[in-house]
Amino acid sequence: MTPLLEARGIVKRFGPVQVLQDVDFSVPPGEVTALVGDNGAGKSTLIKCISGIYTSDEGEFLFEGNPVTIHGPRDAAALGIEVVYQDLALCDNLDIVQNMFLGREKRSGLVLDEPTMEQMAAETLAGLSVRTVKSLRQLVASLSGGQRQTVAIAKAVLWNSKLVILDEPTAALGVAQTAQVLELVRRLADNGLAVVLISHNMNDVFAVSDNIAALFLGRMVAQVRTTDVTHAQVVELITAGRSGNLGLPPAENGAELVDPTIPGAQQ
Amino acid sequence: MSTTTAQHIEPAAVTPKPTVASTVQDYAGRIRGGDLGALPAVLGLIVLCTFFGIMRPAFFTERNFANLFTQGAGVAVIAMGLVFVLLLGEIDLSAGFAAGVCAAVLAQIVAVHGYPWYVAVLAALATGVVIGLILGFLVAKVGIPSFVVTLAAFLAFQGTVLLLIKGGTNISIGDDVIVAIENNNMPPWLGWALVVLAGGGYAAVQLLSHSRRQARGLVVEPIAIPLARIVGLVLILGGSVYFLNLERSINPLINSLKGVPIVVPIIGILLIVWTFVLRRTAYGRHIYAVGGNREAARRAGINVDRIRISVFVICSFMAAIGGIILASKGRSVDPNTGGSNVLLYAVGAAVIGGTSLFGGKGRVIDAVLGGAVIAVIDNGMGLMELSSGQKFVFTGSVLLLAAGVDALSRRRAAASGIR
Repeated sequence: MTPLLEARGIVKRFGPVQVLQDVDFSVPPGEVTALVGDNGAGKSTLIKCISGIYTSDEGEFLFEGNPVTIHGPRDAAALGIEVVYQDLALCDNLDIVQNMFLGREKRSGLVLDEPTMEQMAAETLAGLSVRTVKSLRQLVASLSGGQRQTVAIAKAVLWNSKLVILDEPTAALGVAQTAQVLELVRRLADNGLAVVLISHNMNDVFAVSDNIAALFLGRMVAQVRTTDVTHAQVVELITAGRSGNLGLPPAENGAELVDPTIPGAQQ
Repeated sequence: MSTTTAQHIEPAAVTPKPTVASTVQDYAGRIRGGDLGALPAVLGLIVLCTFFGIMRPAFFTERNFANLFTQGAGVAVIAMGLVFVLLLGEIDLSAGFAAGVCAAVLAQIVAVHGYPWYVAVLAALATGVVIGLILGFLVAKVGIPSFVVTLAAFLAFQGTVLLLIKGGTNISIGDDVIVAIENNNMPPWLGWALVVLAGGGYAAVQLLSHSRRQARGLVVEPIAIPLARIVGLVLILGGSVYFLNLERSINPLINSLKGVPIVVPIIGILLIVWTFVLRRTAYGRHIYAVGGNREAARRAGINVDRIRISVFVICSFMAAIGGIILASKGRSVDPNTGGSNVLLYAVGAAVIGGTSLFGGKGRVIDAVLGGAVIAVIDNGMGLMELSSGQKFVFTGSVLLLAAGVDALSRRRAAASGIR
């Protein structure tokens, strides 16, 4: 299967600091790709390169097999790449429909086309089998954390997007709401979208992802099928950059500096 | 939509069909939850009118009713502009004296230099726009807090008024058109024609939107609700016009005085235009978004700086119109035009009407409702022959009360999740 998005040899420097070193990353359509890595491993930088907030210094992006240049968020949006940020970026004083179309309102002439927007919002939410919201004209302020996340995700898929990037969507949620959002993430992939899920939570990663990409100190150390690895292996990849025959070769990984038995590493 | 409608589910399944009872219940729930809307202003109006009507029977005469409109007009118009600034959580303390500057420009051109009235009006409006651009630039691009910028402008504009009218003399305005705004009335038939026009237009908009939503299969409120709104509006408009069309001259044979003051339709048009801009255009939607969550608006691709500058332009533009109305009312411009309590009354009008000082919540009609409350207080206390000391203390207390209601309802709304 051709990956929807393929990044080859991405390098990103901030002055003397090389944040991304020769990163390869591929995102297949219809699957959830978990992007994992410790704090400072370069997850956010990679995402920002993909979504056009940063421009990579070296390397190339292939989208649907064709080389593309992404110079700004608008380029990314034009390709069908949408990012759902951790701090949702919703307006509390606007309702669900108004939030979903914010900045891209449908109009007929000068006037906002409210019926069309409401209908499209309803169809999108129905397509995602969301039935937890009472009314589309409810203010976002009155929604729970899980419902807000749902609205933010629905906002991202509204635009015929092909790739949705979710930055820690469950970080602030309770157990039931986490399950709700993960179910939604799974449904996005089942609807044919490519999903990139950034998460620190191994349970979430193993619950929904099809493959896992692990970053370690700015390098992509492994991209593997979720079914081929265990919790412990992924944790080792995150903390040490290698696990068994996965990851960096032993000579240069500096693994001896890292204690592989930090809390959470045990299965 | 191809990707997301794969498993289509009836959207209507999300919500049960609303009935009249459930709509009323929703409204009651919103009020309990702290979303008071126009309720405090309307209740305040009823209480104040009843109080003053009992204390001073002269309050309910035809003459005094017409006075209420002309007395409150300037403040209400300035307050309409302030609503836009308040929606972003900013403040414009210079709006009162901006009105004064524009009025002084008007007076200079029409009275001192003798140009026709429309030249003077255009110059006053242009002055307002320029003032707004400067204030907005300083707030949005330079990054000085609006409180400081407009406090400085408050002092500077006060000085500008003095300079424009040469140190405290009083320029009287004799131009018939400008004086007519606040001092003449429309013929009675025109008042009725406007009631028909406004009522018909409102009915058309309400019913059309209702039937369009129904045709699309969207959730609609029961038809009785828009009908009730239409009947309510027509009754209020019709009642007011009937009352204003009564003879209110002491000696009708010498000088007949009846009809709707000319300033009333001007306020009506401004109300409709700005309400349309706020509720029905993308620009208005973006103002609410920037007021609610500036970062979210920025990420949605909205040019936040442009929105912030534009609301100051609107505010100063409306202040210019307010200044023209104040000049018309006094038939003159003096160093105190737009000064003393005008700004405080205007901010008070917006807040009493239900516009939040914290941004993100407010409507243009708030300014009119709140302006009516302020006009009734001012007028009623005048009839009670209170000293200006007592008047200031009382008006200040009402403003504080309104701001308190705003803060408390906001807290309540935060607790119940509505805002």
